[in-house]
Amino acid sequence: MLKIDDLHVSVDGTEIIKGLSLEVKPGEVHAIMGPNGAGKSTLASTLAGRDAYEVTAGSVHYAGKDLLALAPHERAGEGIFLGFQYPVEIPGVSNLNFLRTALNAQRRYRGEPELNGADFMKLAKDKAKDLEMSLDMLKRFVNVGFSGGEKKRNEMVQMAVLDPKLAILDETDSGLDIDALKTVSQGINALRGSDRAILLITHYQRLLDYVVPDHVHVLADGRIVRSGGKDLAHELEAQGYAAAVA
Amino acid sequence: MAATAETREQVDEATGDYKYGFVTEIESDFAPKGLNEDIVRFISEKKGEPQWMLDWRLKAYRAWLKMTEPQWAMLDIPPIDYQDAYYYAAPKQQGDGPKSLDEVDPELLRTYEKLGIPLEEQKVLAGVEGAPKVAVDAVFDSVSVATTFRAELEKAGVIFMSISEAIREYPDLVRKYLGSVVPIRDNFFACLNSAVFSDGTFVYIPEGVRCPMELSTYFRINAENTGQFERTLIVADAGSYVSYLEGCTAPQRDENQLHAAVVELVALDDAEIKYSTVQNWYPGDKDGKGGIYNFVTKRGLCKGKRSKISWTQVETGSAITWKYPSCVLQGDESVGEFYSVAVTNNRQQADTGTKMIHQGRNTRSRIISKGISAGRSNNTYRGLVRVQAGASGVRNFTQCDSLLMGDQCGAHTVPYIESRNPGAQIEHEATTSKISEDQMFYCLQRGLDEEAAVEMVVNGFAKEVMQQLPMEFAVEAQKLLGISLEGSVG
Repeated sequence: MLKIDDLHVSVDGTEIIKGLSLEVKPGEVHAIMGPNGAGKSTLASTLAGRDAYEVTAGSVHYAGKDLLALAPHERAGEGIFLGFQYPVEIPGVSNLNFLRTALNAQRRYRGEPELNGADFMKLAKDKAKDLEMSLDMLKRFVNVGFSGGEKKRNEMVQMAVLDPKLAILDETDSGLDIDALKTVSQGINALRGSDRAILLITHYQRLLDYVVPDHVHVLADGRIVRSGGKDLAHELEAQGYAAAVA
Repeated sequence: MAATAETREQVDEATGDYKYGFVTEIESDFAPKGLNEDIVRFISEKKGEPQWMLDWRLKAYRAWLKMTEPQWAMLDIPPIDYQDAYYYAAPKQQGDGPKSLDEVDPELLRTYEKLGIPLEEQKVLAGVEGAPKVAVDAVFDSVSVATTFRAELEKAGVIFMSISEAIREYPDLVRKYLGSVVPIRDNFFACLNSAVFSDGTFVYIPEGVRCPMELSTYFRINAENTGQFERTLIVADAGSYVSYLEGCTAPQRDENQLHAAVVELVALDDAEIKYSTVQNWYPGDKDGKGGIYNFVTKRGLCKGKRSKISWTQVETGSAITWKYPSCVLQGDESVGEFYSVAVTNNRQQADTGTKMIHQGRNTRSRIISKGISAGRSNNTYRGLVRVQAGASGVRNFTQCDSLLMGDQCGAHTVPYIESRNPGAQIEHEATTSKISEDQMFYCLQRGLDEEAAVEMVVNGFAKEVMQQLPMEFAVEAQKLLGISLEGSVG
């Protein structure tokens, strides 16, 4: 589904990712862990196509396509969702309006019919309910005045409605209390399926107690330095990154 | 941001042509080029006006000769040769004007179609049964050619007709109020309008009547080199209510077109007038060539107690905009409101805002201005809040927000506050922000393309104003914001 081959990425002329290779198959959950500054968020931004993240070498293929040749909104249309570490506020735009516009833009991209108002409302309400988000919250402006936990939950509602093929979740667990962590984990687990894949980017092991990964990778200084099964996360937690990558 | 610049170029390539830029071929019945007393007489005669109207025009013309253009706005205006323009052009018609839509030149109707006027409104214009009740008084090159729903309005006692007709049919009403809010000598452009105004709209809502439908006028400029001098007069008698919509687009031109409209509103005791504008005249090309010069004087008089006048404007077009819809709050407890979104892109210049003149006691005003600048444009909010000595208990709230796109445009806020009453409560808030790369990327990642993302963020920014628009306009206006800012992210 996703095949990254010897990827090099620079930001403002500084190389952050220095030859990263990774293959993700449908149905798999991969956790990418690593110390601060290892390049975790840079990887997420690059896959989503953010400006200023310059790919200097290597390739990324997604569902048989050259991902790097696609514009950010096309990648979204192809089913790639990025859960933001810091979800953005958009004053004056309601969550519902934002989400419906986004969903229908993706559907148009894929040549699917747009969802009408009633069908969309039903979908949004159902998904919000699963994630314990009220209708009032949906009517409020995108992330404006939301707490850290509410913003992350909102990301999960968006993910559930947009129903992506590949979800890249960038530190979705950071800043969550234990209850919010459980809710968010539920949202992620609900998305698991044989035709989808999830890339969990996280600093801590605790999310992985709730969303059990198939593979764990340690990213350090722009490269994957170790890969293993779910037990690797526990080892990292016990010994720290320094010992694990030594 | 190299990728963004590239996108901008691509978008410019794809959408560089003004969407509504076309010329309808209809023969015009021109007056000769230039301006003198004979032209003023020609216009008056063409319209079959009474002597008092001609005298009024001549008085204005003579006053205008002694006036000079205002220089205080933050605008770079090329010299205008007033002798190098036509002051009268009307679509050629048999007799003294069409009696029904069947008599309207089909070319005109096709023009509205090309403009993308919403289907419901086209139906209204075409008089289709069951169409929504938005009456359209279509002004095409200075002469009203189609008026719909007049019968139903007449039943309610509402007068809605071209001002030329009103001068003939309701001379006393027109004479009483014309120039009562914007006097002949008010300013250079209003004075010019008073001398040569070609047509416009007259509305009268009788006492206690709530106008049964939104009244709507589409202004179009169509003949080459024809100055457009519209005159609008709306009088809301005691306890009445009216909502008036004005919208415009224009065909593409190489030469600059002068526009100097005057709008006067009068609200008597407990009356309310809501005046909404979506202005989308040709703004000129990327380098500022062509485009409309828009010098408009709009003023409302809250003459009666507890009367209310509310201006809402979405300004996206014109090369130059000089426009300050204002309220004179004469009646005690009267209310004035001004909601504005002004978008400038490329080389456009806008100097726009409002004046709230508090004369009566316990009068209130509210000003919400949203300026959006892109390209190499300049966008100025200029506003005056004046409180006269005898006006006790006055309150004003002003909010001016500016949004910048790119780093070559300018946003300016020039508030004037003159209070001669120490009890007045006047609040002013202002913010300036840039459309953030974070917001853009967030939208793009969710599947919106660049233009849709801009439209989303900008409409959010302008929401407070957009939600003041009547439903008929809101959707169109939202699209317009997106169209006007196409290719300006960066």
